[in-house]
Amino acid sequence: MKAILEVKDLVKKYGDFTAVKGISFDIKEGEIFSLLGPNGAGKTTTISVLSTLYAPTSGDATIGGHSITKEAMAVRNLIGVVPQELALYDDLTANENLVFWGQMYGLSGKNLKTRVEEVLEQIGLADKAKNRVKTYSGGMKRRVNIGVGLLHKPSLLFMDEPTVGIDPQSRRAILDSVKELNQQGMTVLYTTHYMEEAQELSNRVGIIDHGELIALGTQAELTKQVGEMETLILHIDENEDPERLAAAIRTAPGVKRADVTDHTVTVIVPEAEEALAPAVTKANELGIKIRSVDIQEPNLEVVFLHLTGRALRD
Amino acid sequence: MRKLFLIGLKDLKLVFRDKAALIFMLLAPFLLTLGMGFVTGQFGGSGSGISNIPVGIVNQDGGQLGNALVELFQSKDLSDLVVATIIEDPAAARQQVDEDKFAAAVIIPTGFTESIIPSAGQIDASPAVQLVIYNNPTRPTSAGVVKTILEEFVNRLEVGRVGGTVIVTQLVTKGLISPAQVAAVAVQMGQQQVKSLDENSVIKLNSNVASESTVNFNPLAYIAPAMALMFLMYTVSNGGRTLLVERNQGTLPRLLVSPTGSAQVLGGKIFGIYLTGVVQMLILIVGSTLLFRLQWGDPLAVFVLVLAAVFGASGWGMLITSLAKRPGQISAIGSALMLTFGVLGGSFVNLEVMPTWVQFVSKITPNAWGLDGFSTLALGGGLGLIIKPILGLLVMGLVLFTISLALFNRRGMTMK
Repeated sequence: MKAILEVKDLVKKYGDFTAVKGISFDIKEGEIFSLLGPNGAGKTTTISVLSTLYAPTSGDATIGGHSITKEAMAVRNLIGVVPQELALYDDLTANENLVFWGQMYGLSGKNLKTRVEEVLEQIGLADKAKNRVKTYSGGMKRRVNIGVGLLHKPSLLFMDEPTVGIDPQSRRAILDSVKELNQQGMTVLYTTHYMEEAQELSNRVGIIDHGELIALGTQAELTKQVGEMETLILHIDENEDPERLAAAIRTAPGVKRADVTDHTVTVIVPEAEEALAPAVTKANELGIKIRSVDIQEPNLEVVFLHLTGRALRD
Repeated sequence: MRKLFLIGLKDLKLVFRDKAALIFMLLAPFLLTLGMGFVTGQFGGSGSGISNIPVGIVNQDGGQLGNALVELFQSKDLSDLVVATIIEDPAAARQQVDEDKFAAAVIIPTGFTESIIPSAGQIDASPAVQLVIYNNPTRPTSAGVVKTILEEFVNRLEVGRVGGTVIVTQLVTKGLISPAQVAAVAVQMGQQQVKSLDENSVIKLNSNVASESTVNFNPLAYIAPAMALMFLMYTVSNGGRTLLVERNQGTLPRLLVSPTGSAQVLGGKIFGIYLTGVVQMLILIVGSTLLFRLQWGDPLAVFVLVLAAVFGASGWGMLITSLAKRPGQISAIGSALMLTFGVLGGSFVNLEVMPTWVQFVSKITPNAWGLDGFSTLALGGGLGLIIKPILGLLVMGLVLFTISLALFNRRGMTMK
C-alpha cells in the first residue's frame, strides 16, 4: 500500500533540549498508526512538526508527496488536526465553532452548511448544536474538538491523545468513531499513552520514549520482541519497600526482570503462574504483605517495560 | 483576505458575549461620564446636562447697561441655562456663593454705564468700571459658563465703546454736532448697543472657525470622549490579550495548522481588535448622544477621527501583546497604561491646565490627540481642523504596528 506520510530523520530542538531525536517512519494509506509513549515522550511535538505548526530543526517529512518544510500550505489542505487541548471557542455554539473552522478550511456556502450538518450528526450533537460549547460536558467538547478536524474530509487525520480526561462512555464513543472514520477510508495518526487504545485501534504502533522511536511494527511483531514472556504484577502495602521485594525476586530462577513502580513490583517471566509461589514466599520471608496480584499475557505495556524498564504511566 | 475578516468578525462576536468585557467597554465609560458630570456640576439641579445654573446678580449701577445685563441674564434665551436672582447686597450675594447656593455672583458696580456711555457735556466716558464675578470653586464648569457670558458681554461693549467714542469725537471735531448734543448722541448709540446685545445671543461661544454657526457649551462633550478614549485602551489591550489566550487554549495553533497562513491569522486578530474598538466608540458616541444629548459635531469628521483614534490605540494594544508572554501580563500592563494615558492624555484633567512638559509628553497617548480632535468637533469644527490629530494618531499607529510586527516576526506567531 502507498505511504501517505513518510518521516525521515526528523529532529526538533527547543534550545538545548531535543524533543524529537531523528525519528523515521511511514504511514500507509488507510492505516491507523499509533504513536505510543508516556507523557513527555515527544508525541505532541512530533504531531506539531508534522502538522507544520513548528518547523523541524532537521530532517523532513512528506504528506501526500508534499514536504512539510517546503509546501506547508499544500500539506495543511490534506491534514486534519485534533489537538490534545480543547481548541474551541467556549462562547460560540457548536454550530458556530464548526462554521468558523470550516471557513478556515476554505469551505463556504451550501458545502459548508452541509458539512457542518453532517459532522454534527457524526459526533451526535445535532440536537445541541445551538448551545454554547461552555455548557457542554468534557466528553461533548471532545466530540466537537474531533468534529472540527473532520470538516474538510482530510486524507490524514492527526489525533493527539483525544481521550485524555474524559469519562469511559465518551472514551468508548471516540474510539468507535476513530474506527468508523478509518473504515470510511481515512488514515489516522493517533497518539496515546494508553496501551489499550493503541492495541484496540492500531494496524501498526510506534513506541516513542525520550524523543526516540524505540520500536515499530504490528502488535504481533512488537510482542515477539519480548518472546513469550508474561507479566506478574504484585501490589504491596503503601508502607512497605517494593525495592527490597524486587531485589529478592530478581534472584529467582527464570525471572527476566523485576521493576518497581509506586507500590507495585512488575516481574517479567516465561510463566507468570509458576513464578507466583516463589514470589509470595520471598515476600513472606521479608515480612512484606502482598495486597493483590495481576497476571498479564504479552502486550504493548510489557513491550514498553521490556524496552525501557519503566511503565507507560511513569 | 476573506479569512482575515472572518477572524475579526469572530473576535467581535466573542467580545460581545463576554459580560465582563462589556462592562469595561461600555458600562464603565457611561458611568464614569455620569459620575464626572455630577462632580463637575453638569447634572446639578435638573439633572439634565448643563442647565439652571444659579446666579446671583447685584445691580448697583442701575444705568442702561447694568439693566441690560440683568435683562440678559433673565432673558428667555438664557432661561434654560441660568436662573438669575437679583440681590441688593454684594456681601449677601458672596455669602450665598460661599454656601453653594449660587454657582457665581455677578456684581455690576455703580458707574458701570457711565464708564461706557458719556454723561451730558462730556465727549469721553468716565474711567472704566469693571464688572465683578465671584466664582464658586466647587462648581468650576458652571461658574465658567457665567464668566463666559460676562466676557462676551464685556467684549461687545468694549468694541461699541471705543467705536462710539471715536465717532462722537469726530462728529464734534467736524462741527456736525455741538458738545451739548454729545450726551443725546451717546445715549442713542448706547441704546443701539443694548439693542445689538439683545439681537446677538451672547450666551453662545463663537466656534473660532470659519463657520458662522455657534454651538452650546457643554463640558460633557469633553468628559464623554475622554472616558471613551480611556476605555478604548482597555479594549485594545483586551483584544491583544485574546491572542495569547488563544495561544494557550490551543485555538491559535489550530488556526496556524489550517490552510490560512500566519499573516492572515495575525491580520485577522488585529482587524478584530480594531473592529471592536470602532464599534465600542460608535456605541458610546450614539449612546451619549441619546442619553446626555451631546453634540459630537460633524458626523463624518467624528467617524474619521474614531477610525484614526482606534488605529493609534490599537498600535499600543499590539505593542503590549508583542512584548508580553502571558495574558495576565497584558491585563496588568493594559490596565496601568489605560490609567496612565487617562491622566497623561487629559481624560481626567484638561491638558490646558497641565504643565507644558506634560502637554508635550501627552502626545504619546491616543487620548490627547483624540481629545484634541473631539473637542474641536464638539465646538463646531470640521474635518479640516482635525487633520493634525488625525495625522498624529495615524503616525502613532504606524510606528507602533511596525515595531509590534517586527517583534512578532522575531518571536513567531506561536511565541514559543
